[in-house]
Amino acid sequence: MKTYDAIVVGGGHNGLVTACYLQKAGLDVIVVEKNDWVGGAAVSRSLTPGFLYSNCSYVCSLFRPEIMRDLDLPRHGLQVLPYEGGAVLTRDGDYLANYREHDPHIREFARYSKRDAEAYERYSRDVTRQCRLIQPLLLRTAPDPFSFKPRDIQELLFIAKKFGDLSPHDLAQTLRFWTMSIADFLDEYFETDVIKAFLAISGIIGTALGPMSPGTAYVLLHHYMGEVDGSVGAWGFARGGMGAISKALAASFQASGGTIRTGAEVAQILTGKGRAEGVALADGEEIHGRLVISNADVKRTFLKLVDRDSLPETFLHRVRHFKMRGSSGKVNIALDSLPEFPALPKNSPCTKGDLHFTDSIERMERAYDDWKAERWSRDPMIDLMIPTQIDPTMAPPGKHFMSCFVQYCPPRVEGRDWTDADRDAFAETVIGQIADYSPGFRDRIIHMEVRTPRELEQEVGLTEGNIFQGELTFDQILFNRPVPGYAQYRSPVPGLYMCGSSTHPGGGVMGAPGRNAAAEILRDLKRHPKEMSAAHDVL
Amino acid sequence: MALDRLSARKALQNHIDHPLLETPFHPRIEALSRSQEWYVWAGYRAPLSLTDEEMEYTALRNSCGVFDISPMKKYRISGPDAEAFLDYVMVRNVAKLGIDRVHYTCWCNDFGHVIDDGTLFRFGPESFRLCCQERQYEWLSDAADGFRVNIEEETRAVAGLALQGPTSCRVLLNAGFSGVEALRPFQLARFPHEGGEIVISRTGFTGDLGYEVWVSHDAALSIWDRLFSAGALHGIQAVGYGALNRCRIEAAFIVPNQDFMTADHVLRPDRARFPDEIGLDWLVDPAKPYFNGRRAILEAREGKGLRHVLVGLEVEGNVPADGAIVYHRGKHEAGIVTAGIWSPMAKRNIAIASLDRPYGSDITKDFFVEIYALREGRYHKLMKRATIVSRPFVKLERRTKTPPDDF
Repeated sequence: MKTYDAIVVGGGHNGLVTACYLQKAGLDVIVVEKNDWVGGAAVSRSLTPGFLYSNCSYVCSLFRPEIMRDLDLPRHGLQVLPYEGGAVLTRDGDYLANYREHDPHIREFARYSKRDAEAYERYSRDVTRQCRLIQPLLLRTAPDPFSFKPRDIQELLFIAKKFGDLSPHDLAQTLRFWTMSIADFLDEYFETDVIKAFLAISGIIGTALGPMSPGTAYVLLHHYMGEVDGSVGAWGFARGGMGAISKALAASFQASGGTIRTGAEVAQILTGKGRAEGVALADGEEIHGRLVISNADVKRTFLKLVDRDSLPETFLHRVRHFKMRGSSGKVNIALDSLPEFPALPKNSPCTKGDLHFTDSIERMERAYDDWKAERWSRDPMIDLMIPTQIDPTMAPPGKHFMSCFVQYCPPRVEGRDWTDADRDAFAETVIGQIADYSPGFRDRIIHMEVRTPRELEQEVGLTEGNIFQGELTFDQILFNRPVPGYAQYRSPVPGLYMCGSSTHPGGGVMGAPGRNAAAEILRDLKRHPKEMSAAHDVL
Repeated sequence: MALDRLSARKALQNHIDHPLLETPFHPRIEALSRSQEWYVWAGYRAPLSLTDEEMEYTALRNSCGVFDISPMKKYRISGPDAEAFLDYVMVRNVAKLGIDRVHYTCWCNDFGHVIDDGTLFRFGPESFRLCCQERQYEWLSDAADGFRVNIEEETRAVAGLALQGPTSCRVLLNAGFSGVEALRPFQLARFPHEGGEIVISRTGFTGDLGYEVWVSHDAALSIWDRLFSAGALHGIQAVGYGALNRCRIEAAFIVPNQDFMTADHVLRPDRARFPDEIGLDWLVDPAKPYFNGRRAILEAREGKGLRHVLVGLEVEGNVPADGAIVYHRGKHEAGIVTAGIWSPMAKRNIAIASLDRPYGSDITKDFFVEIYALREGRYHKLMKRATIVSRPFVKLERRTKTPPDDF
């Protein structure tokens, strides 16, 4: 029976990235995926004729350009389209638009507050400074500060040098920034509620915390350190939806000789003689490999797939308490025509970006209050996009795909599991909110896909439907992600590695965990991958 | 009240239809523009040149060039504590600034790094105007907390025209502003215009005889027409930034975010500069008991906190060294040229450079600049000797002569 060099459990984008690098380095790799398609949460599926949805993730910025280049993803069909615009529609009938050009952007803020308009420059500078500190760590394994191994010490020195470039004042700011709430952080710059609400969104997306919860300022940073072709902090659409990323990865993997098995759910990671030696599928079939790399989240991997008796007790305790709480839902809608938002001027570039209706921090925090009570938010925060205004490949001409990311949405409803009726009621709060700002909206709907944490867990496999495979709070990043002592992609089981977003540097369609995991695996195999280019310089 | 605010806010929604602002002089400048070379200055469409940069430079040095300075940020600072507030903010001693006088100044953050430079006009005991390059409303408002002072931005409300060059006084006299000839450098006076009042100050950015005319937004076009008809026989010519830039380099005036980076905009903390590092040490008044950044500046002076120095260079040959790396003995990198031109007035190849100490402070000889001259598809790599020279590169007697020579 064939033994693969490496088996990747789960064909999410990180699993595919790891698989690509290992295959290119000469290993014989198989990716085993339970669904009939690959991509995990980076998928584009057609659920109604003529339309393609970005079913889960929906925008692209974090995906590392080094990976796109190394794996030749453009040749395999990946194209990232920058978009401009965005707006928060306010309850008083006005809006706060987001313009790409600097001066109009400042002028737009100045409509609300001249002071805040200027504060935005200082704010951008400060956030960018923090990004410059963190960004170089994305494509590096987080050093273990307590191991005292030469490589960890060397990496710690690298980080120390980054910090050394900062003034004592900036260092103090950094520590504050990593621990503050986004609301407190924004209060230090701005006086206008809608401006704060607009900027706070990045601090809560994907996170089971409210804007007033400490730690959310760092989450904002996580959303800022991406880029679109050198434009740092910019976001774009993957042409053809986020599945285009996975499709390109799969094509690249197969082009270098890798094997993908879809419709094959891994039920167990097999261990023997203290090592990982393969996987057992749900139908009983076994696939053998010298290494097993799990793209599944840390809870799913170690609480469901690996035998209890191969794992240390404290490790398991940490895994059980790794915070991975579902906080968001997704509503994907096929529309017969482009919805109108009368508050926005005609032909405004802001409709091409992300639209929001939450115009105050307080509303955002109240939405979180519902989550704490295990209810979906009655007044949710919606991140609404209509990518088909730019991307011609996802809907017939004149028709549109609308992606609504919705927060908050609890993993369980008032102590019980989600029901279909709950799901429909959840969708109704979303549709209702949009319809308040867009007359005739309901009549345009052709088809709708509604995804609560239940669907995200069942289909994608994300525990509790947490989109980041674990929250990005300060206690769960760097050498603490996912578990102290196991933050370098290796697990307690020899031969078993982790490569998903549960590992450093975390979630979002970034690919960095997948690449870093491949680097560690190749290091263990004493191979020096020439296919892995050096991390780009910070711009 | 809330409704008024809402409708005022909504009325401004359509700003995006005009992404570039236009100054009140724009109709005249647009009509004169043959080259249609524009750049964006603080959100305004501003001319890089109108006809030909060379000719416009010549007008500035030979007759009277007119440059629209309306995009300059302007803040009216008034109230019982205005002087105390400005003394707190500015490194220079504002108490020494007389009424109807102007002085050049800069202000720093707590760490002694320069936030911006600008000119401060004093109209009365409690009334000032600050003109500068970068937006300062937020910083000034925050700094004003606790002072009885009112800060109002008047960038839009007040338009400005710089008239610079040997015949500029004559043009103003012809326009009927008699008495202007008595203005000494950095002095201002008020004159009637169309039932209102304008301010003329003997200030400018060229190191030449010159004046700046400050008018309300509504009076802009009428003052333009008044000046241009008065100057018709005296070589009055509208100029763009390209020509002005040549003059300011000859005068060794620095431009924020070109010759130094403003502290509020730098991402790399080591790019911020003390006044002493950009040639503004003479503005700092250590005798003042307190001003923002004072302690940091004095500590830097006492210790080894000053790491850079701004110098004027004369570069061998005639190829401008703009952007060139400065080397010491052709080996050690010593700094960067932030602005460089061939100076028609000095007949020298001049440059403003920022050097890393001890270069420029203790080591003052044996510098070279590395110039990449693009010549028909190939770079000519030139290593040219550069000598530190005193600034300004061009010193004109007529800049200060009062009354000015008549033409």
